[in-house]
Amino acid sequence: MTDAVVQPTPASATPEGGHLLEVRDLHVEFRTNEGVAKVINGVSYHLDAGETLAVLGESGSGKSVTAQAIMGILDTPPAHVRSGQILYQGRDLLSQSEEQRRQVRGKEIAMIFQDALSALNPVFPVGWQIAETLRKREGMSRADARKRAIELMDLVKIPAAERRIGDYPHQFSGGMRQRVMIAMALALNPKVLIADEPTTALDVTVQAQIMDLLADLRRELGMAMILITHDLGVVAGVADRIAVMYAGRIVEHADVRSLYRAPAHPYTKGLLESIPRLDVKGQELATIKGLPPNLMRIPSGCPFHPRCPYVQQVCVDVVPHSLVLGDGRTSECHFAQEVLDDSAR
Amino acid sequence: MTAPASPTKVRGETILSVDNLMKHFPITQGVLFKKHVGAVKAVDGVSFELRRGETLGIVGESGCGKSTLARMLMRLETPTSGSATLEGRDLFKSSGGELRRLRRNMQMVMQDPYTSLNPRMTVGDIIGEPFEIHSDAAPKGSRRKRVQELLDLVGLNPEHINRYPHQFSGGQRQRIGIARALALRPEIIVCDEPVSALDVSIQAQVINLLEQLQDELGLSYIFIAHDLSVVRHIADRVGVMYLGKIVEIGTEDEIYERATHPYTQALLSAVPVPDPEVRHERNIIRLTGDVPSPADPPSGCRFRTRCWKAQDICAREEPLTIARAADPHPSACHFAEVRPTAA
Amino acid sequence: MSDFETVAATENQAARRGPSGEPGTPNQVGPNKPRSLAGDAWRDLRRKPIFWIALLLVVIVTLMAIFPSLFTGSDPKDCALDRQNQGPSGGAIFGFGFQGCDTYARAVYGTRASLLVGALSALITGVIALAVGLLAGYFGGWADAVLSRVIDIVLGIPLLLAAIVLLKRIGTDNPNFRLGAVVLVLAVLGWTTAARVVRSSVITAKEQDYVAAARMLGAGHLRIMLRHILPNALAPAIVVLTIALGSFIAAEATLSFLGIGLSQETISWGQDIDTGRVHMRESSTPLLVPSTFLALTVLAFIMLGDAIRDAFDPKLR
Repeated sequence: MTDAVVQPTPASATPEGGHLLEVRDLHVEFRTNEGVAKVINGVSYHLDAGETLAVLGESGSGKSVTAQAIMGILDTPPAHVRSGQILYQGRDLLSQSEEQRRQVRGKEIAMIFQDALSALNPVFPVGWQIAETLRKREGMSRADARKRAIELMDLVKIPAAERRIGDYPHQFSGGMRQRVMIAMALALNPKVLIADEPTTALDVTVQAQIMDLLADLRRELGMAMILITHDLGVVAGVADRIAVMYAGRIVEHADVRSLYRAPAHPYTKGLLESIPRLDVKGQELATIKGLPPNLMRIPSGCPFHPRCPYVQQVCVDVVPHSLVLGDGRTSECHFAQEVLDDSAR
Repeated sequence: MTAPASPTKVRGETILSVDNLMKHFPITQGVLFKKHVGAVKAVDGVSFELRRGETLGIVGESGCGKSTLARMLMRLETPTSGSATLEGRDLFKSSGGELRRLRRNMQMVMQDPYTSLNPRMTVGDIIGEPFEIHSDAAPKGSRRKRVQELLDLVGLNPEHINRYPHQFSGGQRQRIGIARALALRPEIIVCDEPVSALDVSIQAQVINLLEQLQDELGLSYIFIAHDLSVVRHIADRVGVMYLGKIVEIGTEDEIYERATHPYTQALLSAVPVPDPEVRHERNIIRLTGDVPSPADPPSGCRFRTRCWKAQDICAREEPLTIARAADPHPSACHFAEVRPTAA
Repeated sequence: MSDFETVAATENQAARRGPSGEPGTPNQVGPNKPRSLAGDAWRDLRRKPIFWIALLLVVIVTLMAIFPSLFTGSDPKDCALDRQNQGPSGGAIFGFGFQGCDTYARAVYGTRASLLVGALSALITGVIALAVGLLAGYFGGWADAVLSRVIDIVLGIPLLLAAIVLLKRIGTDNPNFRLGAVVLVLAVLGWTTAARVVRSSVITAKEQDYVAAARMLGAGHLRIMLRHILPNALAPAIVVLTIALGSFIAAEATLSFLGIGLSQETISWGQDIDTGRVHMRESSTPLLVPSTFLALTVLAFIMLGDAIRDAFDPKLR
C-alpha cells in the first residue's frame, strides 16, 4: 500500500495482496474550461472472488467514475487519472497498453449500465449483437455463436429465447432489455461483473426480478460483483460489503450488517435516517442539511463538514484519515467512534 | 402568507371528486387520411375523492396511467369521458374565465426540476408569472414582495430573486417549482413524482417541506409516485393503479398493512427494505411476465395474466373496485384476502 | 460521465444552515453574478479567435457601408478613360479599372448596396420565418401540414433561376426600385430554411415542462408563444439568418453580375466583378479586389453565425 491512510479492509477472506481486484489510492480529475473538478480523491477498495461489494453514493460522489476507470472507458480528456493503481490479479491495469486492456475488458471484467436501451445498438437484432461479441473475441463460428447466444439468453431467463433471438432491442420491455445486456456482459465468462445502477430505470416488481437474477448468476457462475447504486434498499438485499462514497472519497467501509446496524460516518448515518421506509409509518424525516459539494471547490478538511452535525474546528482544518474501528471496518471521520456509539444506541 | 382555508371550509370534506375518468389515445394509421385502428387506454375509468387537508397517494408502475391522470386533472389533456367536480363545478366542462378561476385552486409540482423551469427567465419572473396571468391575485406594486415571501416560504434565500434556474441545484429548483405552484394560493396541489429526480439526501428535505406547507396552508395533495416508501410516508390514503384502473384504494394503513389485492401485495413485497437482517426472512412475491399493452388489455381482470390466483371467472368478469369481505376497503379482486404474514 | 455533469451543473457550493436548518441558500461565493444562457454563450465566444476575426470583419464592412468616405478619399464615380487600367497611384492603392475608375474606391462604395440587400433580405426573411415557423410549430395539425407544404414548395424552387425569371421582367432602371425588387425576390425565395429551423425549435420548446406549467397557470397562447417559446426559437433563428445574410450578399452579387440585379447606376461588387471579368486579360486587379471584398464579407457573416451557433448549442459544451 502506498499510503498510510489506506487500511486493510474488513471481511476479506483472501490473504493480503491476493485480492482479485484492487483499487489503490485512485485520483481522477476532470479538466474543463470551467476549471478542474476533483472527482476521485484517493479511492481504495478491493474485491475478492465470489463476493458482492456495493458502492453507494449520490450523483457526483464518483462511484461511476471509479468503475469507468476500472473498465478503462473514461473519456480522456476531460478525465485525467492523476495517480493510483488498479490491480487485477496483481497486475496494474493503468500501466497496461490499450490492447492489453481490451483483453481484460469483457473477458475478465464486464459491466452493465442503467440504460439498456442506449447500451444496445438499435439497428441489429439482440441475438446478433451477443453472437458478434463471441465471434470477434472467441473466434466462434456463426452457428456456434448463435447456439451460445441462445444459451446465454436462456441463462438470463428470457422466455422463448430461440424465437426472440432475431428481435430488435425496441421489441423488448425494459426488464427484458436489461436481461439482454446482462447476457452480453456474461458472454465471455467474466470473473468480475460491475453493475452500474442496474435497476434504477426499472419498476419495482421488475427491479426485484433483475436483482434476483444477478444474485443467482453470481452464485452459479462464481463471479464477483461490484454493485454501484444510490439505493440503500437494494444494497441491503444483495451486498456482502459496502463502500460509501462522498465527494470522491470512500467515507465508510464495512460489512453490510454492521453498517446498517450502526453506521460509523455521519453521512451514512444521515442517509439511513433520511429515507422513508416501507415498513415504518414515519413522522418527520431526518434530513442532511445542505447540498453535495461542488467538486471544483471541495470544502477544506473533511469534505462533509459543512453538512455535518458533528462538526468541530478540526474537521474544517484537517482531512480525516481512515480510522479502523473495532471489527475492522473503517470510517473517514474524526469522530467515528462517537458516531458509532450514537448509532449503536 | 395565511392559510386560504376560511372558517366555512371544513377539514375532511370532499374538495375534489373524480368520476369514471377515461383517456383513450387513438392509434392511427396512414399519413394523410388517418384511420383509427385502436386506442391506448391510458386511463380507463378512474374514480376517487380528495378530501380537504389530506394527501391522496397514487402509486403504480410506469405505464399505469398515473401521469396521464395528473395531466387530465390539470387540463393538459382532454379526457375521453368522465367528470371531475371542483367547487361544485365540472372541471372538464368549464372554460374561459371559469376555468382560469378553477386553475387558481389547483396547481401542480412536476417531476423534472430541470425542464419545468424556463431557463431564460429569472426566478423572480418564474414565480411572478402567476401574478401576471392572474393580475387580480396581487397588485402590481406588491408582486416582488410576494415572490420574496414565497421564496422564503419554500426555504430559499429571497435575495436570489434575480438568479437563473441553472444556478440552483435540483432540490432548490424543485423548491422554486413548489413556490410557483403556491403563488395563487391553491387548495389542491398535484405532485407528479416530485422527488424521484432528486438525490437521496435531498429527497427528505423536499418531502419535509411539502408536509410542512400542508400543515401551514391546509393544502390537499394528490401525490403521484412510483416509490411506495415515499408514498407511505406522506399519504393519508392511497390508490394503487394498474393498467389505467385503480385496483385498490384505502387508508395508508389499509393498503400497507391489510392489502387485499394481489397486485398491491406483490408491489409491496418487491420494495427493497434497507435492512440486511431481514434479507432471508422476506417473502417476495415474484410476478412473472410484463405488464400487458394498454392498447389491448386482458379481458375481465387486467391483472389476471400475471396473477397466481387467477381462475376462469377472472377472464370472464371484471372485478369492481368495491369493499370486500376480507377488509372493508375497495379492492378490485374476486379473491380479495389479506396476505397472512406481510413481509 | 453523468456523475460529473451533474456536479459541474451544480454551480453553488454547499449551503449554509438556514434559519430552520433548511437548506437552499447557496453560498455567496465571490462575484457570483447571475448568469444567463446568453452569458454562458458569451463566455464561450470570448475565447474563440474565429469569432473575433469574423466580428472585426463585420464591423469594418458595416462601417464601410455607412461611412465609405472614412476609407477612401476618392470619388468612385470620378472615372476618366485616360487612366484606363493604370497602376496604383496616390489614393488609388489598387489602381484604376477599364473605365478609369478607382478600383478600391468602387469596392468600398459597393459595400453599401451589398450589405443593404443582405440585411434587408435577412430582416424580411426573419419576419416571415418567425411567423410561419411559430404558427406551424405551435399549433401543429392542419396549420402545420399546410405551412410545411408551402415551405417544401418554395424550397423546391431554385433560388437563382426563379430570381432571374422574376427580375428579368422588371423594365425600369430606377436604382431604389431595383434594389427593393432584389431584396423582395431574395426574401420571398429564401425564408424557408430559417422557417424550418424556427419550426423545429418551437416544437422542441412546446414539449418542455415549463410550457405545460404556464398552461396550468392559465396562460394564453399569445403569452406562451411570446414569453416561453419565442425566446428559445430566437437564438437558432438569428444564427441561420446571419449565415443567410452572407449568402444573400453572394446571391445579389451573382444577380448583378448577370446584369439583372441592381441598377447600372448603383455601385455594386457584382457589376464590378462582371466588368473586371471582361477585361481580365488586360488587368486582373479590377476583378480581384471586389471579388476579395465579396468573399471576405460572405465568409465573415457565415463564420460569425457558425461561432454563435456553437456557443449557443449546449450539446457541444
